[in-house]
Amino acid sequence: MAAKENFLVGIFDDEDILLHAVEKIRDKGVKIKEVYSPFPVHGLDEALGYKRTRLPIAAFMFGMTGTSLALFTQIWMLGYDWPMIIGGKNFASIPPFIPVTFEFTVLLSAFGMVGTFLVVSDMKPYKWPRQYDIRSTDDKHVMAIDLGANKISKDDIHRILKDSGASEVNEKSF
Amino acid sequence: MQVTSAIRETLVTGGKTVADVSHDISRQVEGKPTRLWWMAFGVSLVLLTYGAYCCWMMLWNGIGMWGLNKTVGWAWDITNFVWWVGIGHAGTLISAILLLFRQRWRMSINRAAEAMTIFAVICALSFPAFHMGRLWLGFYWALPLPNAFGSLWVNFNSPLLWDVFAISTYFSVSLVFWYMGLIPDFAVIRDRAVRMGNKTRALIYNGLSFGWDGAAKTWMRYESVALILAGLSTPLVLSVHTIVSMDFATSVVPGWHTTIFPPYFVAGAIFSGFAMVLTLLLVTRKVFKLEDYITIYHVELMNIIIIITGSIVGIAYITEFFIAWYGQVPAEQYAFINRATGPYWWAYWSMMTCNVISPQLFWFKKIRTNLVATFILSIIVNIGMWFERFVIIVTSLHRDYVPSSWTMFHPTMYDIGQYIFTFGIFFTAFFLFAKFFPVINMAEVKSIIKATSEKKSTHTH
Repeated sequence: MAAKENFLVGIFDDEDILLHAVEKIRDKGVKIKEVYSPFPVHGLDEALGYKRTRLPIAAFMFGMTGTSLALFTQIWMLGYDWPMIIGGKNFASIPPFIPVTFEFTVLLSAFGMVGTFLVVSDMKPYKWPRQYDIRSTDDKHVMAIDLGANKISKDDIHRILKDSGASEVNEKSF
Repeated sequence: MQVTSAIRETLVTGGKTVADVSHDISRQVEGKPTRLWWMAFGVSLVLLTYGAYCCWMMLWNGIGMWGLNKTVGWAWDITNFVWWVGIGHAGTLISAILLLFRQRWRMSINRAAEAMTIFAVICALSFPAFHMGRLWLGFYWALPLPNAFGSLWVNFNSPLLWDVFAISTYFSVSLVFWYMGLIPDFAVIRDRAVRMGNKTRALIYNGLSFGWDGAAKTWMRYESVALILAGLSTPLVLSVHTIVSMDFATSVVPGWHTTIFPPYFVAGAIFSGFAMVLTLLLVTRKVFKLEDYITIYHVELMNIIIIITGSIVGIAYITEFFIAWYGQVPAEQYAFINRATGPYWWAYWSMMTCNVISPQLFWFKKIRTNLVATFILSIIVNIGMWFERFVIIVTSLHRDYVPSSWTMFHPTMYDIGQYIFTFGIFFTAFFLFAKFFPVINMAEVKSIIKATSEKKSTHTH
C-alpha cells in the first residue's frame, strides 16, 4: 500500500483574493499542487505558472486530417473509381466538393479536440475525482498543497495560507 | 479583475451569490417534478404517440399517404425540415457567435437554446429520413459506403448530399458543444447529491460529468476547447442553412433559382430560432422561477435581434421581387406574381404579415419589454417562418413549366401527423431536459456574478 499523501487545503471565498493569494504563496516558495474552482477564473493558469495548452494544435491537426481525407475520398470516388457524367461537368471538379470537405474538417476537428481533451485531462465516466473539499463545485475555491512536496513546515504553510486570505485551512490525507 | 461598463444593465438580479446559483438551478433537478411539468409532459407524449401512429402508417403504406402529387413532389416534409433546421440556428448563434463576441448576456440562455438546437435538428432530420420511405436504408443510401451496385458512389455534386453532411455534422458538433458545457454543471449536482447522501444520483451525475474535478488546469483546457468549438461552430452554422438553401438555389425552378438564397435563409433561420428560444424560455423562466436569471433585459436583447433579422428577411422578400422584375425572365416574373396574387395568396400574405410587419412592433420599447406581447409575437414569427418555407416550396412547384400539370397541394392527415410527431419529439425531449439537466449554465453564470449581479451590500442609498 502506498504511503499516505498529506495535504493542506486552503479555502478561498473570492476569486480576486484567490488570485493574489496564489501569487503571494508562490512568492514565498510554497509549491501549490492544484486549485479547484467552481468556475473558470481568468488569469489563474498564468498565476499558477501553467504553460498554454496545446489543444488548439491538436484541433488543427485533426481538422487538416478531415480536409485531406474528405478531398481524397471525393476525388477518388467520383474522379477515378466510378466516374460519372453529371451535367457535363468534370469528373473531379473541386468546387462542388468544398461543402462536404468543410463539414468533414469541422467534424473531425471538433471530435478530435474534445477526445484529446478527455484523454489528457484523464476524464472518464467511471472515474471518481479526488476531492479535497466538496464545496469546490459550489462556491469555494480550493487550494491543495502537498506537504510531501514542500520543504516548508506545515505550520508555516498554514500561516502563509491564512495570511494570504484563506477563510479556512484544513488537513486532508489520501 | 473583471471590469464592466457602468451603463450595462445587470444580468443577474435579486442579489444572487455564487451559492445561490448552485441552489436555484440544481433545485429543479433534485426535486420531484411539479404538476405543471407532468401536465406539459403528458401533452407532449400524446402528440408523440399520435404522430408515431401517423409515421407508422406512412412507413407501412408508403409516401403515397402524404398529399404529394406528380407536380408538387416536395411540400410539408421539406417545409418542416427547413423550418426545424432554421429554429436550431439560434442556439448555435447564442452559444458560439455571441461567445466569440464576448456577449455575457448569452450565459443564462445558452444552455436551453442549445438544447433546443439539438432537439430541433433531430426533428428536422426525421423529415428527409422518412421521405426516403425506407428509413432503415437511409444510412446505406445517403453515405458513401461500398454497396451492391458495383460501388456506384453517392453523388458529391448534389446539394442534397451536402445536406446530409452539413446536418449530421451540425447535429453532432452541437451535441458535443452542449455536452461540454454540461460537464461542470453535472459535477455540481453530483457534489450536492453527495452532501445530501443520495448515492445513486451522485453516481449517475458523476458518470455524466466524466469525473469532473474543476482543477485550474482542466478549466484552462476546457476554456480553450470551448473557444475553438465556438470558432468551429460559427462557420458551421452559417454553412448549414447556406447548404439547405442550395437545395433550392442550385435548381432551375423559377422562384428557387436565386443567388440571394444563402444569406436570406441564414437570416430567416436566426429570426425564427430566436422566436422559438423566446417561446420556450418565457415558459421555462415562469415554470422554474428563473426570473432573476432570465431577465427582461435578456428578452429585450433577443427581441432586438428579432427586429434586425426580421428586417433582413423583409428586405430579402422585396429584393427577390425586384430582381424578378429587373431580370426580365418571364417564368421568374410569373412565379413571383403568382406567389402574391395566385391561389396561394393567403400563404404569401400570412408570411408577409407575420415576418415583416408584426416584428416591427418591437421598435417600441414598451412592446419589446412586455412578456405577453413578446410571447405572442414570437409565436406569430414562427408561424410566419413556416409559411415562408411553404410559399417558397409549394408556390414554385405547383405552377410547373407545363400548364397541363398545374395543380394544388392538399395535405392529408399524415402530413399533419408527421408534423405533430416532430412537435411530440421536440417537447418531450425539452421537458425531459428541463427536468433532469440544469437549464442554466451554472459555471458561466457564476463566473460573471461578481461583476454583474446587483449586490445588496453595495447599495448605499
